[in-house]
Amino acid sequence: MTATRFTKDHEWVRQEGDIAVVGITDYAQSQLGDVVYVELPEVGRKLAQGKEAAVVESAKAASEVYAPVSGEVVAVNETIVEDPAKVNADAMGEGWFLKVRLDDPKELDGLLDRAAYDAFVAEQE
Amino acid sequence: MSDWSRALSAHATPDATAAPTISGNRGLQLEEPLLFEQDSPGHCGVDLPEPPPLRSRLAGLERKAPTGLPGLSEPQIVRHFTRLSQKNYAIDAGLYPLGSCTMKHNPRLNEKLARLPGFADLHPLQPRSTVQGALELIDTVAHWLKTLTGMPAIALSPAAGAQGELCGIMAIRAALTARGDPRSRILVPESAHGTNPSTAATCGYAIEALPANARGRVDLAAVKAQLDTDVAALMLTNPNTCGLFEDEILEIADAVHAAGAFFYCDGANFNAIVGRVRPAELGIDALHLNLHKTFSTPHGGGGPGSGPVALGLELAPHAPVPWLVHDADGFALVEHGDGQAERSIGRLKGFHGQMGMFVRALAYMMSHGADGLKQVAEDAVLNANYLRVRLADLLSLSFPGTCMHEVLFDDHFLKDTGVTTLDFAKALIDEGFHPMTMYFPLVVHGALLIEPTETESKASLDQFVAVVRGLAERAREGDAASFRSAPRLTPRRRLDETAAARKPVLRWRSASPQQEAAE
Amino acid sequence: MRYLPLTDADRTAMLAAIGVPSIEALFADVPVAARHAGLLDLPLAMGELEVERRLGRIAAKNTSAGSVPCFLGGGAYRHHIPAAVDHLIQRGEFLTSYTPYQPELAQGTLQALFEFQTQVALLTAMEVANASLYDGATACAEAVAMAGRVTGRHQAVLSGGLHPHYRAVCETYARFAGNRLVLQGAGPGGGEDLAALVDGETACVVVQNPDFFGEIRDYSELAEICHRAGALLVVIVTEILSLGAIIPPGEMGADIVAAEGQSFGNALNFGGPYVGLFAAREKFVRQMPGRLVGETHDAEGRRGWVLTLSTREQHIRREKATSNICTNSGLCALAFTIHLALLGEAGLTRLAWLNHAAAVATAERLAAIPGVELVNDRFFNEFTLRLPRPAATVVDRLAAQGVLGGVPVSRFYPERPELQGLLLVAATETVTPEDIDGFEVALREVLR
Repeated sequence: MTATRFTKDHEWVRQEGDIAVVGITDYAQSQLGDVVYVELPEVGRKLAQGKEAAVVESAKAASEVYAPVSGEVVAVNETIVEDPAKVNADAMGEGWFLKVRLDDPKELDGLLDRAAYDAFVAEQE
Repeated sequence: MSDWSRALSAHATPDATAAPTISGNRGLQLEEPLLFEQDSPGHCGVDLPEPPPLRSRLAGLERKAPTGLPGLSEPQIVRHFTRLSQKNYAIDAGLYPLGSCTMKHNPRLNEKLARLPGFADLHPLQPRSTVQGALELIDTVAHWLKTLTGMPAIALSPAAGAQGELCGIMAIRAALTARGDPRSRILVPESAHGTNPSTAATCGYAIEALPANARGRVDLAAVKAQLDTDVAALMLTNPNTCGLFEDEILEIADAVHAAGAFFYCDGANFNAIVGRVRPAELGIDALHLNLHKTFSTPHGGGGPGSGPVALGLELAPHAPVPWLVHDADGFALVEHGDGQAERSIGRLKGFHGQMGMFVRALAYMMSHGADGLKQVAEDAVLNANYLRVRLADLLSLSFPGTCMHEVLFDDHFLKDTGVTTLDFAKALIDEGFHPMTMYFPLVVHGALLIEPTETESKASLDQFVAVVRGLAERAREGDAASFRSAPRLTPRRRLDETAAARKPVLRWRSASPQQEAAE
Repeated sequence: MRYLPLTDADRTAMLAAIGVPSIEALFADVPVAARHAGLLDLPLAMGELEVERRLGRIAAKNTSAGSVPCFLGGGAYRHHIPAAVDHLIQRGEFLTSYTPYQPELAQGTLQALFEFQTQVALLTAMEVANASLYDGATACAEAVAMAGRVTGRHQAVLSGGLHPHYRAVCETYARFAGNRLVLQGAGPGGGEDLAALVDGETACVVVQNPDFFGEIRDYSELAEICHRAGALLVVIVTEILSLGAIIPPGEMGADIVAAEGQSFGNALNFGGPYVGLFAAREKFVRQMPGRLVGETHDAEGRRGWVLTLSTREQHIRREKATSNICTNSGLCALAFTIHLALLGEAGLTRLAWLNHAAAVATAERLAAIPGVELVNDRFFNEFTLRLPRPAATVVDRLAAQGVLGGVPVSRFYPERPELQGLLLVAATETVTPEDIDGFEVALREVLR
């Protein structure tokens, strides 16, 4: 299993073979506040890197979640639709959003690693 | 109780108002259940005669299941809504420093005149010979608004500001189509009210944001760089949502016109310049006004409003129907988009417009006159600048220098205090003030936008200043806990908006679903 | 000036505190060319007495509907409003309060709107309703837009029985949003086959019940056909009181209901302000336009209300909002709520049947006049007559005789000569036997 990668839009992606698991970062959930609703794509939908994949809403804000990698959606996490609080409680683990069959694993190389992402977040504050 | 509310309660300091009463009421703060929880089946607050025997013409389509609406008597209903009203803040009760809302006094003369039977008891489809006075009133309102804006034409039917924006952008699109030059983008400042991009999208345009410069105005260089032959319009609010006059507006207008685009102005902040500056002279092609802001028609807890749109010559033929015209027989309405109105964008709402608000606005305009309206703008700007100088040393003023009718602060002054803009606002509530506009405009962090309006006395402003200063000092001293547990003195403490959004309960339901189904 | 509290002494002191010599200095950012030096060419300030006198004179030039026999409908209805309604809505805490964005300071407005939402849902037999839109016509256009969002399709079928203003507003909105409308020809007596027009491209079918001509139908079968094709049924109601006597849209399988609420609590006001009602199936709630009030609890566990699901709206979602609506029709919604609260179940039913009785009596008397034909099979409080002469001329002559005798259909469809003889007649609880006598006598006279 490769290390988790990050985007500047605060998504994380973790490769598991030819599948990538995608979610929003802990920083993102803390900025958003209590998550009240999540809109996930249908399984089978083709995502393009950088384009909108999902929507996450708090009481006062709605944010697009952009696909960090291109590929076909093979699974979505229905449990966060039923219980959006999971995204706040465990954004990096149980609060995952979707799984994508990677079109091109090399796309991951262009993303931020943990250190770079942490530095980016520090700049934001 | 959730973790959230437990945490909030932990900050609560015990005080006298927390002493439990038998009834649950607290002095004049009276608890009141829902209408549906007070049902006396068969009861009625209106005495109506028995319907006479008749041969029904409903032929099998009569309603069989009851509605489930509760029955109460008039005394119960008057008490119910009176108690509800007592839980509301209102302009009548105190200052509402809400930026860009223009919460000015609502004169009662307006209410009296709007209720004259000769205005209120008129059916919109009466023959024109029986409503010449109504049409004359609409014509008079149009005249006043055209004179105040300097524009040659005005569409009076839009129901509110947002619909006025829609009207303006639709007219622009129609004009461009008529030129054979359809374009696909609209430029909107980052600081714009959400209705601006929402409106543009409804009309099928893509939106492009314009950055603000360091002085809080739209960046002229960016405007020039982003304008091209694919831009249909630039939507600007002036004075802008930072409370500043767009001093490069003439250059912006020139650039917009040179690119063949139209200049739309959101007139929500017209209160700052009414009687002193005419948008037509700023190069504006279309401008909506909010009668429920500048022209004092009451906010009513969320409407009704009225959003007339002043139009330049090229846009005027595209105004929505109905049009008011004058012929040999007097005033008439052109209700169809043919003949003289063949280039109209069509109809935007049922009937003729918000007549009830026209009467109120005209009473307001006539009461003030040309001299009074000019004084309104001056006092509005004076009051806002007075608040600026009395607060700028303690709060963080976002943009230095003079403001117009509203002043913008951001949350820098709260840095490291543990108090957010939201907490600060909730503490203001315990002091008996409605908070200022928060988190808008988006161009600064944790915005606090304050608009006093001209109907606040100096004493009222001084009291507000004293409270805001006191709270700012308390925040600096590190008493974050008291802010986070605010408000404590209102009929309800902070409400759980997360729960409301996660599991929405949008109506009352009777306790027994089987009972409902059986009925 | 009575509405301006600042005195000259105040102004002087404040200018000094600000540190500028005059008010002009505060307008320094206005380009010199755009500054208006003197006063604009408008009358000077007037006292209350003078304003009352002038506006009173203008009002006196109108014939108020209550001063003569009035049989006008066509989407706005003259009903008696109990005195308590107007007193309550004029309480300053309702009249002069703002949108309830700070819920701790606005539990009155929020609870009243929650009650309004519940009333609308109960009346229409739908699962959920919003806190009002501008009016019935714009609510209709919003319903079509919502059906497009829910189904992902861009074509709507509009019945010929839809109020022409509602149809026109839908046309305007659809043209600019790039949606297609399939419009059926208007005319009384049915004959349109809406089911045949439903296919895989259809987002919704829009029908009105009672329709523009007053006819009442059962749309349950059409609802099923729509649903099988993946389309929605939108039902429009222009006379909301009708739901006190006829089957509500929710029981017929409607997916969205858009209606005009003017009949409860709101005077005719020459066409506005009115109040748009909007209800839908709960599963579509996140696609609904307009404000929604939801129940919750506060930090002490007490029940309270807040605006919720706000992320659909313009102030958060901006260009992706479900609608650009901001200000809606709060005070008109409150008037609706109070009036309907006073009526309750029993009063609503009785009032509805009084209206039906008045209309039945009027129809029987007028249809007995030679040359006059009642077109409807069914009607509630409004029906269509076919006259032997153009109805527009008849209406003008009736007005000259002091009777507001119905609305000529040709006012809405001037381009359709075959509809020229049609007259819409409404009769509410405000119509007396003397009014019906007066109408009959005048109409016989005009048609002689």
